[in-house]
Amino acid sequence: MPVIASAPFSAEEIAAEGIKPEEYADIVQRLGRHPNKAELGMFGVMWSEHCCYKNSRPLLKQFPTEGDKILVGPGENAGVIDLGDGLQLAFKIESHNHPSAVEPFQGAATGVGGILRDIFTMGARPIALLNSLRFGSLDDAKTRRLFTGVVAGISHYGNCVGVPTVGGEVYFDPAYSGNPLVNVMALGLMETTEIVKSGAKGIGNPVLYVGSTTGRDGMGGASFASAELSDRSMDDRPAVQVGDPFLEKSLIEACLEAFKTGAVVAAQDMGAAGLTCSTSEMAAKGGVGIELDLDLIPARETGMVPYEYLLSESQERMLFVAHKGREQELIDIFKRWELQAVVAGTVIEESIVRILFKGEIAAEIPATALSDNTPIYHHELLKEPPDYARQAWEWSRDRLPTCNEKGIELASGFLTWNQVLLKLLDSPTIASKRWVYRQYDHQVQNNTVTLPGGADAAVVRVRPLANASSSSFVADPSSLTKGVAATVDCNARYVYLHPYEGAKAAVAEAARNLSCVGADPIAVTDNLNFGSPENPIGYWQLAEACRGLAEACTEFSTPVTGGNVSLYNETLDSDGKPAPIYPTPVIGMVGLIPDLSRIAGQGWKTEGDMIYLLGLEVNTPSESVTLGASEYLASLHSTIAGKPPTIDFSLERAVQTACRDGIRRGWIQSAHDSAEGGFAIALAESCLSGQYGAEITVDASPDRWDHLLFAEGGARIIVSVSREHQSDWETYLNLQLDAHWQKIGQVGGRSLRISTANHLWLIDATIAEMQCSWQDAIERRLAV
Amino acid sequence: MNVGVVVFPGSNCDRDVVWVTQGLLNQPTRMIWHEDSDLSDIDVVIVPGGFSYGDYLRCGAIARFSPVMQATIKHAEQGKFVLGICNGFQVLTEAGLLPGALVRNRDLHFVCDRVPLSVERTDLPWTNHYRTGEVITLPIAHGEGSYYADADTLKSLEDNHQVLFRYCSAEGKSDPLSNPNGSLNQIAGICNHQGNVLGMMPHPERASDPSLGGTDGLRLFEGMLSAIATIS
Repeated sequence: MPVIASAPFSAEEIAAEGIKPEEYADIVQRLGRHPNKAELGMFGVMWSEHCCYKNSRPLLKQFPTEGDKILVGPGENAGVIDLGDGLQLAFKIESHNHPSAVEPFQGAATGVGGILRDIFTMGARPIALLNSLRFGSLDDAKTRRLFTGVVAGISHYGNCVGVPTVGGEVYFDPAYSGNPLVNVMALGLMETTEIVKSGAKGIGNPVLYVGSTTGRDGMGGASFASAELSDRSMDDRPAVQVGDPFLEKSLIEACLEAFKTGAVVAAQDMGAAGLTCSTSEMAAKGGVGIELDLDLIPARETGMVPYEYLLSESQERMLFVAHKGREQELIDIFKRWELQAVVAGTVIEESIVRILFKGEIAAEIPATALSDNTPIYHHELLKEPPDYARQAWEWSRDRLPTCNEKGIELASGFLTWNQVLLKLLDSPTIASKRWVYRQYDHQVQNNTVTLPGGADAAVVRVRPLANASSSSFVADPSSLTKGVAATVDCNARYVYLHPYEGAKAAVAEAARNLSCVGADPIAVTDNLNFGSPENPIGYWQLAEACRGLAEACTEFSTPVTGGNVSLYNETLDSDGKPAPIYPTPVIGMVGLIPDLSRIAGQGWKTEGDMIYLLGLEVNTPSESVTLGASEYLASLHSTIAGKPPTIDFSLERAVQTACRDGIRRGWIQSAHDSAEGGFAIALAESCLSGQYGAEITVDASPDRWDHLLFAEGGARIIVSVSREHQSDWETYLNLQLDAHWQKIGQVGGRSLRISTANHLWLIDATIAEMQCSWQDAIERRLAV
Repeated sequence: MNVGVVVFPGSNCDRDVVWVTQGLLNQPTRMIWHEDSDLSDIDVVIVPGGFSYGDYLRCGAIARFSPVMQATIKHAEQGKFVLGICNGFQVLTEAGLLPGALVRNRDLHFVCDRVPLSVERTDLPWTNHYRTGEVITLPIAHGEGSYYADADTLKSLEDNHQVLFRYCSAEGKSDPLSNPNGSLNQIAGICNHQGNVLGMMPHPERASDPSLGGTDGLRLFEGMLSAIATIS
């Protein structure tokens, strides 16, 4: 008789915890008995994909995770890298997709709160936030509600907690209609001498519960995050937590103060799966056990049962292991900040998590069964790419309507290239994100060097507020020359059409963006947002993307220090038919800027500067520069097809090195990579950002003009260089890039003008008319 | 100049101010916990930006009851300097040190930007390093920064020349399009009748460090510094 038949739970009750029948049998075998309700719930959340990576772990193993500058890799709350001079940076990305789909404001707000806790749990003061957001089309009223709600939630939490939101990306595509993506990345500067780890140590040491109270909010959030969304998901709104940024701000200050006393042995924030996850992970990592008494936990509601205490995801809570005898010192600090702090348990020798409630044992589970030795599923990889991909790859540009130097004939009528340019600038994915970032405080903490929209990556000055031994401020402003740069990137259409090449392109673009501000790429945190791995196509996308990501991170020497996996990003319609999102492996990358006086923004700086294209020449039809998978193809021709551009790693590295060198030698005035919309859009963006026009001449007579203007790829960066450095720069380019650079024009005037060497005018658009399309494109769509 | 920077739970621009007064201007600066009330060593009390006590009831409504604000009111009554920035301005209006109130921005969104301001009066320590009518650029970052007062209060503010900063266009014109939050009379910053208490929504401390760009805010601190040097 299968063990499940004798279970004290119905099959529905077991399934409701997200546990499969074979997993239930496994639980019984490990416990040597049937679990009780609380234990079943604990297994349910801890064995969810969100907590244990049961589907993705075998794939994540291939990522490079080590390097000279890597101090802490995957497995802790956040990765930590060495910035030199005793400075250390913690950083991490996390998703809050499903909560944001049903309750956008709190879903996004608590996403910010959660990632910040991962940072300050390590002993680092959060110094910057970025976010990577994806929504359906703004023509849809539901999308507008989700989009405005998410932005308001991020604004609410981030602004109040006092951490600047310095950068990010926002995409709009019908693929995300039912399942938006909200990924948040945080950076922090270490303020403690030792990095605070999460493994419990010292038998008999007290376990402290600090922060906010525990209530019934956010019950089972981790399981909810690991299932498909459906038209009944709105009923799961209680699984979404409610955040309190004011409390979190106090918690940051209190925790950092507490860590500096040296009385804290280990710390873990309570995120997904709350008390269950924090106790079992701390115990399993330390190879010890934890006994926790629920009667001592500060509760905000009466009548809660163990199941509710253990699965609550109430926000702004942490678990500490303290040195025995020093608990009062810590409690006093938290009381001063008007926060809860109680001794609620003890570190025990036997490696189990034992939960007490009203004098009895409410749950008793081997710690490793919950957090270490969890199920792993190996899925079969498709032998051939799936049909949708093979069909898409058959697309070739010959299928496009004919065009000439004036424009292109579409079903809706003839469009000049000028009109095409303006239409692309008006597409919400390319358009200005000012409406979004104006709602985020991006300057608090007084270290923001580049403002949002001004450069290809965010640049934040590294200014230690205090060292571990004293609270004195760094006195000499001139000593503060270092900065960090950060970016989040993923062109998910590329990944959808070719997961392997698309993932490589995401890493390459992140590194290129950092190089465009003058930063050396150092390390990666990744957020893998995918559909169901139980679906062969979903697994193929995940596996192929991980392969590309691993290869690219190795090629750029940017190890992965951790991240987040969010699977089951699908919407089931009423008939249960799944509609997955585009596979979206968001790359969060951080880089180091040795000298903040040598950085670049994306806008032209000075009239008369020479403009260069680095990377593949304007007219190169090849696999590396293509209209396949491009924004032009999607926006103008409503076609999602073709292969995305392939990545040539050695060319990428050479171009990026040239860009960084040029910036550091003081030659380059501005740098901007060519991404969505290709060559022409990159030029337009440099014009808009700098408020100068440009005269561009291309020496080419291509067979397709749209390819020349709007094809994507080619490791391209457009830079402007002052005339006085022209000859040094060109000599350098000949050595560094061989033939892969072109002088294409100069900065000046009030228009972007692109013509051919034989005087054919392709584009002639004033800054004012480009601005008109680009600046308020998002606001216009919200105003309906 | 002895600077005291008030720290409420939820203050988040406290260290930014300290960075300017101590880090850039080398002035002795002390952070004052909200439960403290001894300000005897302090020349200038600065109430910084942030979300004091979470601002859950109404911005600044709880902060006014704190011991440090009671002491700050006494400090101001002695004619000493008090500066409230952003949330600090809201706190000062709630505490009755400045007239009027700051209400939700006109378009209901938080706004973070850099805006031009005209300096309306330069015979006070706060502004004596500016030229009258000069257009400066300072960062703003607030959700509730729309200045409101009844007609009589507004009239007396204008009659007494208590408006120190006004939102304006880059050319210095006072037009509604350059009003970022719907403030009456384009008001960005006001002082009390005596001129020793200033409240402003823009953040001068965010425009003080040359390595981050603009420095139009630094002159406000420098003006204060030279005024205090003259007094003592």
